[in-house]
Amino acid sequence: MSDCRRQWNRENELPVYLAGTITTGPNQRKSYGMFSSVDGACDSKTVDCDNFSAGRRGTRTPRSDSRDRGRETEVERKRERGREKERERETESERLLIKGGRVVNDDLSQYADVYVEDGLIKQVGDNLEVPDDVRVLEVNGCLVIPGGIDVNTCLMKPHLGCSPVDDFYLGSRAALAGGTTMIIDHVTPQPGDSLLEAFELWQESADRKCCCDYSLHVDLPHWHPGVKDELEVLVQEKGINSFQVYMSYKDSFQMTDSQLYEVFSFLKELGAVVMLHAENGDLIAQEQRKVLSLGITGPEGHPLSHPEELEAEAVFRAITIGNRVNCPVYITKVMSKTAADTITQARRRGSVVFGEPITASLATDGSHYWSKNWAKAAAYVTSPPLSPDPTTPEHLHDLLACGDLQVVGSAHCAYSTSQKAIGKDDFTLIPEGTNGIEERMGFVWDKAVATGKMDANQFVAVTSTNTAKIFNLYPRKGRIAVGSDADIVIWDPDRTKTITSKLQQSALEYNIFEGMVCRGGPVVVVTQGRVVYEEGEGLRVQQGSGRFIPRQAFPDYAYQRITTRSKVKGKQGVSRGMYDGPVYDVLATPKYITPSPSAKTSPTSQQPPPIRNLHQSNFSLSGAQFDDNIPRRSGQRIVAPPGGRSNITNLG
Amino acid sequence: MAERKLLPRDSDDEGSLLSRLGTDSPKPRVKFGGMFCNVEGAYENKTLNFESSTSPTDGSTSPTDSSTSPTDGSTTDRLIIKGGKIVNDDQSFYADIYVEDGTIKQIGENLLVPGGVKTVDAYGHIVIPGGIDVNTSLQTSQLGMSPSDDFYHGTKAALAGGTTMIIDHVVPEPGASLLGAYDQWKDIADRGSCCDYSLHMDITRWHDGLFEEMESLVKNKGVNSFLIFMAYKDKFQSSDSQMYEMFGIIRDLGAIAQVHAENGDIIDEEQKRLLELGITGPEGHVLCHPEEVETEAVYRAITIAKQANCPLYITKVMSKSAADVIAKARKKGMVVYGEPITASLGTDGSHYWSKNWAKAAAFVMSPPLSPDPSTPDYLNSLLSCGDLQVTASGHSTFSTAQKAVGKDNFTLIPEGTNGIEERLAIVWEKAVATGKMDENEFVAVTSTNAAKLFNLYPRKGRIAVGSDADIVIWNPKETKTISAATHALTVEINIFEGMEVRGAPVVVISQGKIVLEGGKLNVTEGSGRFVPRKAYPDFIYKRIKARSKMADARGVPRGNYDGPVHDVISMTKSVPATPSSRGPQCPGKGPLGPTRNLHQSGFTLSGTQIDDHIPRRSAQRIVAPPGGRSNITSLS
Repeated sequence: MSDCRRQWNRENELPVYLAGTITTGPNQRKSYGMFSSVDGACDSKTVDCDNFSAGRRGTRTPRSDSRDRGRETEVERKRERGREKERERETESERLLIKGGRVVNDDLSQYADVYVEDGLIKQVGDNLEVPDDVRVLEVNGCLVIPGGIDVNTCLMKPHLGCSPVDDFYLGSRAALAGGTTMIIDHVTPQPGDSLLEAFELWQESADRKCCCDYSLHVDLPHWHPGVKDELEVLVQEKGINSFQVYMSYKDSFQMTDSQLYEVFSFLKELGAVVMLHAENGDLIAQEQRKVLSLGITGPEGHPLSHPEELEAEAVFRAITIGNRVNCPVYITKVMSKTAADTITQARRRGSVVFGEPITASLATDGSHYWSKNWAKAAAYVTSPPLSPDPTTPEHLHDLLACGDLQVVGSAHCAYSTSQKAIGKDDFTLIPEGTNGIEERMGFVWDKAVATGKMDANQFVAVTSTNTAKIFNLYPRKGRIAVGSDADIVIWDPDRTKTITSKLQQSALEYNIFEGMVCRGGPVVVVTQGRVVYEEGEGLRVQQGSGRFIPRQAFPDYAYQRITTRSKVKGKQGVSRGMYDGPVYDVLATPKYITPSPSAKTSPTSQQPPPIRNLHQSNFSLSGAQFDDNIPRRSGQRIVAPPGGRSNITNLG
Repeated sequence: MAERKLLPRDSDDEGSLLSRLGTDSPKPRVKFGGMFCNVEGAYENKTLNFESSTSPTDGSTSPTDSSTSPTDGSTTDRLIIKGGKIVNDDQSFYADIYVEDGTIKQIGENLLVPGGVKTVDAYGHIVIPGGIDVNTSLQTSQLGMSPSDDFYHGTKAALAGGTTMIIDHVVPEPGASLLGAYDQWKDIADRGSCCDYSLHMDITRWHDGLFEEMESLVKNKGVNSFLIFMAYKDKFQSSDSQMYEMFGIIRDLGAIAQVHAENGDIIDEEQKRLLELGITGPEGHVLCHPEEVETEAVYRAITIAKQANCPLYITKVMSKSAADVIAKARKKGMVVYGEPITASLGTDGSHYWSKNWAKAAAFVMSPPLSPDPSTPDYLNSLLSCGDLQVTASGHSTFSTAQKAVGKDNFTLIPEGTNGIEERLAIVWEKAVATGKMDENEFVAVTSTNAAKLFNLYPRKGRIAVGSDADIVIWNPKETKTISAATHALTVEINIFEGMEVRGAPVVVISQGKIVLEGGKLNVTEGSGRFVPRKAYPDFIYKRIKARSKMADARGVPRGNYDGPVHDVISMTKSVPATPSSRGPQCPGKGPLGPTRNLHQSGFTLSGTQIDDHIPRRSAQRIVAPPGGRSNITSLS
């Protein structure tokens, strides 16, 4: 048994680049019963995981060939050593019995014991038959919940050449300490970079460092036909089913509406979820210019130039485009009441749209931008910014509780004060991002469950299950059920903790929640079947033990409605006889337009800015003519002028 | 009793009116005296403000005035309207009206009038200010075709329906001079128009050079409204940045920003998709201009206007959701106005699926009529409660033969519907006759609000002493059936064909002359005057100005940050500049294509530098490189 376990684990830890078993079509998901019989639970549950890892292994070889061999092997050796140590430790805690807890899933809670073996949940129920040498965790009535899934982290996002101080190691450590057992990180290539290369870079780094399971979103920094091939590969072979596009960051990441429409249409065909950074970049650029010209250079300029209307406007636009294309839309970082309300209203009208508030927007507000302490004010800089309205967190919690918002992320992207200080004379240069990966679960509990807005089931839904459903990780993640991954958190509702940067796992000097008291927190955190955190004993994590979790396309939760709608909503013309009446003679074919650059921004289709063409002006000195009654356009005037066409403005 | 009620009126009034003429800074408007004015003093100089205000147009209008009035002047120059109920937007009352020189001279009972005055009998009818149609396109050609109703036919129909003033849209070719187009339009309108008119200017392509032209239009030419397009991609469409810039300028000039609100990018994509699906008939038009696309653009326009603190006027509100967005924004305090048009108030978009191609095509306009049949009722309700303010017609008619240019491709069908003649009757039928709206509100939405928004008030839009004698005697009981056979237009299909409406004008008086009486139209081509409009209408700008004062953002005074600063070794890559906006770029602005500028890359091999703590942008690196600047990518 133990041998078999090792083998499995070993394969699984190899970096995962390919999952051969992933198909493009929507898979028929099997739902596992809550109480399944003890026999039969043991044998075949690991089969699909094996399949995944087999696939990964196959494609890994060609890739390493193309790369630097020496470095690769050194990495391998290091990994091998790490694994050795890990295995030793694992043997002690690979079989776990969690006794006396209340198992809370998103749909029901019940008192039951949970038996974990081989990193999977093998049995759930009372009076379980378990082997003798099992480690027993007595939890005395604490909640047993599925480990949190943090759907939005940026642990490697470069900004002006500097990387966040919390990398995959520190970030995932902090996640585990807060009860989050899986993260989905954003791959953020720069415009012009290859998506696949960026993806591999991220994956390699995460494989080396990440302490918990992870998956990746890929951000699209640009859009041109070549990207399509890369997207296909990512979805069909790499296990990525979510892509982020930007409506902000003018002149770098921003896309026009036409591009968004094309991206949406394409990703819909692939069955991926479109995530949006929703802010109107055009107006932000204008506002930034205005604010700087007023002489405001401090961090307060950031919220002044990113008013919440611009967020709400972009959310509205994104949903409109999503509706037109009939594509699921996921709004990252819902920071303001108006943006959240816009999502709510759209859902009322039947749009398939999901909203993700983050730790920062749920726990604090934007009044700190006006702090006299520059470092403190700068620590809050993120986009969209925190709303200065102090009632925002309450409102967002209300919407989370009633299901209008679905998912809680952290948008953890930690830059140190000295990195933030790059923008000390110009707020537009301050790297954007706040902490929140560790505090996420705690604050949702404190602000929503402990205040009675939300019950424990909904807490599990917004911190874990909904994410797993939207991104097709369910029921492997996000549920305590036989056959699911053993990512389990023992949650003590009565624990209190004061947030301070001194006690946090993150390397940041400044915690934006500094001094806040938080009720509820994890007592024990189990990931991949191992206890990694125990209150009093601290963290025992293994760098690089996190596995990449591939995600299949066409998640049912997002796509079932979409697929049905596409079938139902076919458009049909009216069949009518040919029009046989008179047709007005249009003298010249569609009018001449001064060559104007279309709004498309694909670099290949760039055109020079329009030149005022003096030859085609309508201006005439000659007054009324006998043929004035004949309509005429400037461009039709002289189709072929005597002496040939001359257009002096085009010579240069 | 009537005489004693009024306020003392002396030269004060005229003085304030006059003094505002030349200046571009607004003055608080002095309200006209009472409703019932003294007989003495009413005569002398009420016409003054007119002459001075028409001064920019002197050359063209005064000759027409003198030439037209003698023709039928002797009988219609002086009029007394007796026995009617005068309805203004604020109150209704019974009084007689005495009109002379194209102006209302007296209102009251038992007026002292000279002999030889023609008496118009208005017993049992209501007397209302003539309608103002703020959105017509009587000269805008599409695909080289002029509308079938030009200024003459259009204004004739307007008068037949009780509208005594129109504001037409000047649409210059993209890139052409605004002033040139303005002159062209004004010239044609002066020759053709039968009623007073004014002009909106459409900005079809924005660039910085337009600023002077806009300024000159506002200051010297009497134009205080500019229309911006958010649709018609690659043709008229403006990007968000451009809109923000234009809104800023329009606010500074004291004008009103109008938008044609539809998301052109999405429409463009949907058009392509529908044509690929093989849908070529007029139903394709409504399928690719879905309601949401209108709503989205309205929302965006309001957001941008809010940021720029500019008053916003949404032309052609065609759908419930778009109207809702406007209503909500108004509740949040935005200065935004919405204009439903005759077509959206009177009919719906189900006709796009008509088997008769010519009929279906007649409804084609942008934004399209909503296929939701409850839309007209809803818009009438919002109009009644004040969430929408103005009704217009969006009149732009093309004959069936012209529409047939797009018989195989709906995107080529020229856009526009009729409505200039039916507007008042349809609002009466749908809103007043059904009890949604009272007669005062009717006057407000058909005339007074438009006059206030576009700074024509109180010269237009009110029956008061000193106002222009644009008066309609309205019979609320008369019933009429709209039909192409009987309308005053030249277009063959009337989209309201067969609709029965209660309420019709019995007598229409324009510029003090009877143009419609006993069912007969008596108009004179070219008798319409250009009415200039001044900047900073109080109705709009009082709030805007107060907000500009309040809106100053302030920084936080704090000590210098003196902690460590991260070394930025390599700055942002020089990114191929992506023009990130919806519309075409401003010429002369923005980057010249996506040439990657190798000289401005931040890449360096030398590691940390002494000045690394100074934040820097890639472009600041070498301001004046030794040996002069060389930029090989810009040579071509």
